[in-house]
Amino acid sequence: MTARVGVVVFPGSNCELDVRSAVRLLGGEADLVFHTETDLSGFDAVALPGGFAHGDYLRTGAIARFSPVMDAVTRFAADGGPVLGICNGFQVLTEAGLLPGALQKNAGLRFLCATVQVRVETTSSVLTGEAAVGQVLAVPINHFEGNFVCDAETLQRLRDEDRVVLRYVKNPNGSLDAVAGVCNEGRNVVGLMPHPERAVEAVLGSADGAVLLRSFLAAGAGSPRSPRVEARAS
Amino acid sequence: MTRFAARIEVTHRPGILDPQGATIERALPALGWSNVTEVEVGKSIHLVIEASDEEAARAQVDEMCRRLLTNPVLEDYRLELDALTAEPAA
Repeated sequence: MTARVGVVVFPGSNCELDVRSAVRLLGGEADLVFHTETDLSGFDAVALPGGFAHGDYLRTGAIARFSPVMDAVTRFAADGGPVLGICNGFQVLTEAGLLPGALQKNAGLRFLCATVQVRVETTSSVLTGEAAVGQVLAVPINHFEGNFVCDAETLQRLRDEDRVVLRYVKNPNGSLDAVAGVCNEGRNVVGLMPHPERAVEAVLGSADGAVLLRSFLAAGAGSPRSPRVEARAS
Repeated sequence: MTRFAARIEVTHRPGILDPQGATIERALPALGWSNVTEVEVGKSIHLVIEASDEEAARAQVDEMCRRLLTNPVLEDYRLELDALTAEPAA
């Protein structure tokens, strides 16, 4: 019982093979989906990987949100399907309005490439269902625009509704309230700047990202979108 | 129809960090300008649009700004329009 994950490839994505490889390593199925696709019906979950979609021209994610596949991603999310945006994928999801806030340049004006510690703040999301609240994970970051920002009202809502999924233990980039990852109201769309797919086995330096991707696969397998769930119900 | 030159100046919203502006502000005193504050680096987008009148052109460029050219979480913009010489009727 596992999930079939569609890994969206924009021109300029560069982490799609890592995500596919990590999903397969964890027992899931994964296929690449080019950004011109308009049908995601064969998938139980969708991941938007890191990179520089459409060159990140204008703003990170600004052009990618108009790729044909994004209409399908929006419908998939509206139907309750698990959607994960990692790094540039997170930026695309905020530009598309599927997640609140935006990612601005790091406060220190430096590109950051390091393994950082993040704390799981809620288990009520498609990325953290199998983790524990308070669990600290070592996961790499690799970004210049990872500094989460939103207006005060939005931040209050995110806190009140328990929608900050991950926080940095030591804030590396100036993110408001040390936010490393957030989810939507339905808790089925999650974006995060750290790269869990780069921390799925000890040889990579950390296997702490595995619990996040395993949670995502479990959410996909149990998602209302999954044909397997419909088959069981009937 | 008239062609209008649009100049869109995109700036950071209040409270949004401008690391480039901050870095320049720190660099200027090294050249002797210790009297400079509030340096900001934004961006400028220029385009030419054809529309029936200035109001129509402004409405369309405003919509472009909201939907694509700026991110309202991070940025404000100011729009200036200038009518170019009208095209001779074909």
